[in-house]
Amino acid sequence: MVPVPPTHRIRTTLIAALVVFFSSFEGSATDRFITVASTTSTRNSGLYNHILPLFTEATGVTARVVAVGTGQAIRLAKAGDADVLFVHHRPSEEAFVRKGFGVKRYDVMYNDFVIVGPKADPAGAAKQNAAAAALTAIAKANWPFTSRGDDSGTHKKEMRLWRAAGVNTAKSAGEWYRETGSGMGATLNTASAMNAYALTDRATWLKFANKGELTIVNEGDKSLFNPYGVILVNPKKHPHTKVKNGQAFINWLISDAGQRAIAAYEINGQQAFFPNVKAAN
Amino acid sequence: MDPRADILPLVLDDVSFEINGMRLIKDLSCTFEAGPRTAIIGPNGAGKSLFLRLCHGLLTPSAGTIRWAGPDGADPVAAQAMVFQRPIMLRRSVAANVDFALKLRNHGKPDRTAIIDEVLGRCGLRRLKDNPARVLSFGEQQKLALARAWALKPQVLFLDEPTASLDPAATHAVEEIVQAIHHEGTRIIMTTHDLGQARRLADEIIFLHRGRMLEHAPTETFFTEPKNDLAQAFVKGELLWWKLGKDNRRAGGYEVDKAPRRRN
Amino acid sequence: MNDISDAFAAAFAMVAGFDKDLAEIVGLSLEVSLSAVFIAAVIGLPLGAATALFRFPGRKVIIVLLNAFMGLPPVVVGLIVYLLLSRAGPFGVLGLLFTPTAMIIAQVILVTPIIASLTRQVIEDLWREYEEQMRSLGAGPVRSLTALLWDARFSLLTAILAGFGRASAEVGAVMIVGGNIDHATRVMTTAIALEVSRGDLALALGLGLILLVLSTCVNGAAFLIRDAAQKRHA
Repeated sequence: MVPVPPTHRIRTTLIAALVVFFSSFEGSATDRFITVASTTSTRNSGLYNHILPLFTEATGVTARVVAVGTGQAIRLAKAGDADVLFVHHRPSEEAFVRKGFGVKRYDVMYNDFVIVGPKADPAGAAKQNAAAAALTAIAKANWPFTSRGDDSGTHKKEMRLWRAAGVNTAKSAGEWYRETGSGMGATLNTASAMNAYALTDRATWLKFANKGELTIVNEGDKSLFNPYGVILVNPKKHPHTKVKNGQAFINWLISDAGQRAIAAYEINGQQAFFPNVKAAN
Repeated sequence: MDPRADILPLVLDDVSFEINGMRLIKDLSCTFEAGPRTAIIGPNGAGKSLFLRLCHGLLTPSAGTIRWAGPDGADPVAAQAMVFQRPIMLRRSVAANVDFALKLRNHGKPDRTAIIDEVLGRCGLRRLKDNPARVLSFGEQQKLALARAWALKPQVLFLDEPTASLDPAATHAVEEIVQAIHHEGTRIIMTTHDLGQARRLADEIIFLHRGRMLEHAPTETFFTEPKNDLAQAFVKGELLWWKLGKDNRRAGGYEVDKAPRRRN
Repeated sequence: MNDISDAFAAAFAMVAGFDKDLAEIVGLSLEVSLSAVFIAAVIGLPLGAATALFRFPGRKVIIVLLNAFMGLPPVVVGLIVYLLLSRAGPFGVLGLLFTPTAMIIAQVILVTPIIASLTRQVIEDLWREYEEQMRSLGAGPVRSLTALLWDARFSLLTAILAGFGRASAEVGAVMIVGGNIDHATRVMTTAIALEVSRGDLALALGLGLILLVLSTCVNGAAFLIRDAAQKRHA
């Protein structure tokens, strides 16, 4: 008996294994699903884990959420890489629709931003009622403030507040003003490590586990109001957009069932998002 | 083409070989007819290994021609084999080493099984057939290299110092195998630095010195009355350094043995 | 270090509880990385061997590029693949963005240079030893190449493992082209990144421990194969 190199046996086994292997991808591709470009705040808060199964149960459609900053989410939608845009920066959303990338913007819900900082509050931000005034106090104290710096909805909101506070943060970048250039979670991790102030949406904050010495120092000002809008990507720009299932997602979000589901989501016993279809539409 | 068709004689016509402008084989002409066994001898650096590799086609001459002048115009590559000073073992079993060579010659499976069994048996390796080739002793490896060459039933077998690193027992075994291969009609062309081996194995001697063929004679004649004075000195066992010119180091400096260290 | 003990507890709880989501994430991680490594090996082994054996125009350029690409930042590869697969990009019509296939493509680009470069080094050494014998036996380029790849198989296993290490550890590329979508494209590394962004460092570290155990198992198995084979083939 001559021991022929076992190449042939191995080859046959390999090919068989591969066929099985790659055919396993097929299943998920044929399911009905839509791609939703959304923000880290909604995902990190755990909202999607709560409402998406209810949506799938009601419609049979799966929503796949790509959670990035608002700015990047809008770019994804503009490139046609998502069917639905679900973000929180109203001026950008309106521009998105105006330029023909989206069909129509619907109000869905809001939450609010809060300013978090060290419990000791060395800048005295808690003594101020207005959010802008709190920021002014932080700037005056030269106490570290960590910013997203990533063109997200939260970052855009923060920049507007700094303008209202009359502070030019660009001058202090790298000193007390620290841009992380990353997501909300990473920015809060940095703030926690540096015992710094930061602006965050409430839902992310409630869910955030690494709070350290940080606590909410300023909240409740109207300027911290944070509305979310949902928009179907315009099939005229991107013909492959899944119009029917995408619109089904929007319709469900603004339906009574969807609004109830949003209102029912609580973090540590606190309601995180407030449905506002009736109020706004 | 039919590999069994005659490829001999091998005709070298005014062959030179140089590397980086150094002429290592100089104006060499000779003819190898079918039949006798040839030993190429000469001091280190004479160009013995280069000469063998030129004949086998592993090197291309810088000038001159090397021609297989066989009457049948056969494919010369398929009708030759070579055994190197350091046996080159594939990282496979003993049997698979032979099998690889046979597959290259398009032998069918039953055919290969029979040939492998035969040559391993004749080289005393049958009991080792399933062992990995690279854990064999050096002598066993050289026997396997011979078995692999033998399996191809070559018309011409080149051997480059096949026993240079072997002990006397292994040397004896290798010489026996070379004789057996010759008895089956294979033309033997080998280099050696062992004059005793040249006497035992060769019918004719080629004496090389500094790239030149200084003598080509039947073994008996060469050892009893060499014509060339350098050959005389070499046969007597004298060092030939006193005959070297100022370019001796250039001629002697080229190391042909390319076989690297053993590694995994 | 509370977080670290919490991490072990979290990892243990996930494994002991046969967490279904965890199984899905681990499964997808292995599926993506193993597919990518397999495809990269199919491309990289012959490519590396060919650059070792043959002299052809552009060979040196290929060698330099392969060596340079061994250190490509995953984020850059992710970005390039994203731009190619985006609906606005040249291959947008395929609809591959945010699918496991896109993640495999990105990892193939990351892994192929590693496998090809290491293969070239291994095969170059072996070819130095084999060349004369192969030519003497009349082995053509293809037969020489396959024989070298086969004979170097245990050394090449190391090259493939290096590729697997890179594929299973990287997060930048799969995050961008996969999108870290729950139940669709979430793998170990992107799940870890997500838990970090949620500030759940213990859970993130727990996932990291599981990833470490998995990769240790894969490497351990490969080591045993290689070790056993080397005892046989010296």
